[in-house]
Amino acid sequence: MTVRYGANPQRIPGRDAIAVKGWLRAHKWLIARRSAQAGFLAIFMTGPLFGLWITKGTLAASMTFDVLPLTDPFVALQAFLAGQVLATTGLIGAAIVLAVYAVLGGRLYCSWVCPLNVVTDAAHWLREKLHIGKGWQPNRNVRFCVLGAALAVSTVFGTIAWELVNPVTMLHRGIVFGSLFSGLSIGIVAAVFVFDLFVSRRGWCGHLCPVGTFYRLAGQKSIIKVSAANRVACDDCMECYAVCPEPHVLPPALRHGTNGGGSPLVQLPDCTLCGRCIDVCPTDVFRMTHQFDFRETCHAGAAPKAAALAGSWLKEA
Amino acid sequence: MTGQPNGMTDRGVSRRKVLVGGVRAACGAACAGIALAALSEKSEAVAPPALRPPGALAEDKFLSACVRCGLCVRDCPYDTLDLADWSDPAATGTPYFLARNIPCEMCEDIPCVAACPSGALSKDLTNIDDARMGTAMVVGRDTCLNLLGLRCDVCYRVCPLIDDAITLEERANTRTGKHTIFEPVVHADTCTGCGKCEKSCVLEEAAIKVLPTALAASGDDDHYRLGWEEKRKRGESLLKDVLDLPDRGYDAGRPLAAPNSVGGYQEFKP
Repeated sequence: MTVRYGANPQRIPGRDAIAVKGWLRAHKWLIARRSAQAGFLAIFMTGPLFGLWITKGTLAASMTFDVLPLTDPFVALQAFLAGQVLATTGLIGAAIVLAVYAVLGGRLYCSWVCPLNVVTDAAHWLREKLHIGKGWQPNRNVRFCVLGAALAVSTVFGTIAWELVNPVTMLHRGIVFGSLFSGLSIGIVAAVFVFDLFVSRRGWCGHLCPVGTFYRLAGQKSIIKVSAANRVACDDCMECYAVCPEPHVLPPALRHGTNGGGSPLVQLPDCTLCGRCIDVCPTDVFRMTHQFDFRETCHAGAAPKAAALAGSWLKEA
Repeated sequence: MTGQPNGMTDRGVSRRKVLVGGVRAACGAACAGIALAALSEKSEAVAPPALRPPGALAEDKFLSACVRCGLCVRDCPYDTLDLADWSDPAATGTPYFLARNIPCEMCEDIPCVAACPSGALSKDLTNIDDARMGTAMVVGRDTCLNLLGLRCDVCYRVCPLIDDAITLEERANTRTGKHTIFEPVVHADTCTGCGKCEKSCVLEEAAIKVLPTALAASGDDDHYRLGWEEKRKRGESLLKDVLDLPDRGYDAGRPLAAPNSVGGYQEFKP
């Protein structure tokens, strides 16, 4: 394996990938993801802004083109525990959303839909810029406890408990209803930003948020997966770990030699399917695929080029 | 795990560390739960002047049903409804309206109820006249123009249920001794709480205000019985012999008014 970073001593993730694949290919999934996030927001915004109604409501419950009801199943579950079975449209909406995430991928919501992801990604970006370390890393199971606490409070107090504090819906509601800066919503969102920036690296989405945790549980057996199909080309540059919001999902797929083979698929449901690992990998180890694709490939495209590039950097250094 | 020495797992993490981590996580989550419970207690009541949309369930049930999506807000043709923020007088994200800003126009097809996916606005409400968003009350009894003896009548005239929900009750104007006071009286059994009266009150601060029904209603009291009603039902007085207690502070020999006093009708010179 070639040791790189001759010209990248600070190990800025993605820099090698840009050099090898070009900026656009090294940002393909990030651009797609930001476009999706913007698009999901835009369908709620065309109505209030231009009178062109596509989707009414918020992420808690919405109605698209007056025919497609969608409901947050976590909210529906809390309402049920609080003693209220939703109206038929609400239940249908919850079933549709649950089915989509259960089949496609639970935490697709986190990286492709959730508006708060942009905030926490921004906090992470700044955290890396300021060279703040990992900070406080609460146990990854805390999020299950928070989820349980939200459900317990809903049951005991007969209210949809998480919606009292949920920064995801507060941000979305604030943007869609134009009240983001007129109340405390922005304060809650800012608190999450500050928490992720100064207290805990990837703290909110990765360790605490019960909304993502709910979708993660729903998508245990989902289809879309990232695969380290070309893992033989991995040169342990660790850039995928640097950008991955849930880095512990990578080793089982990548560490083929040490653990005696195994599937190249990123199987852990914590994976948000953001695809950033695909972008930043200079040797094109990863690709977006499905649950039943166990193929392993070694395409000679990027790898030799990367090695050559690394060689030239080493000479410079 | 059991085969490892010193309780170490095969990944080199001690059992104690796992346990401590788990307890810590549970404690943290318990703290979060307590904070959340405190918040949910605090948000139990909708504070006046916030009113719920037509068809809203009782407040505690409403909070267990409303998913805070804002679809009712979107489908309100008069922009009456708004979603509460943290600083507003209703639970965060729930719909409410302020009658003095924009009252409910009482649409016959009740689009807000039709839009509700959660059932927090009950589909059982099919006639908007049956809505009970609150109850209007004449709170400014010393400022209401009608109660001062003038003929404002605005609240009465704008009431969608004129002569049912608000009536004008006539009584003598003792100040002039000559005129009639047309007192606007709200009837809680028919008032929908739409707030059109509060919106259109001509005073700087409305003399008639819609309050949440729970606050405005005195409730049924079956402890006291009305003697005349009981008498009518029974056909005779409940008490055979009327109790005649001695009158105190009343001097039967005293004249009712000073003989040379002027006032009332005699004094009035237009």
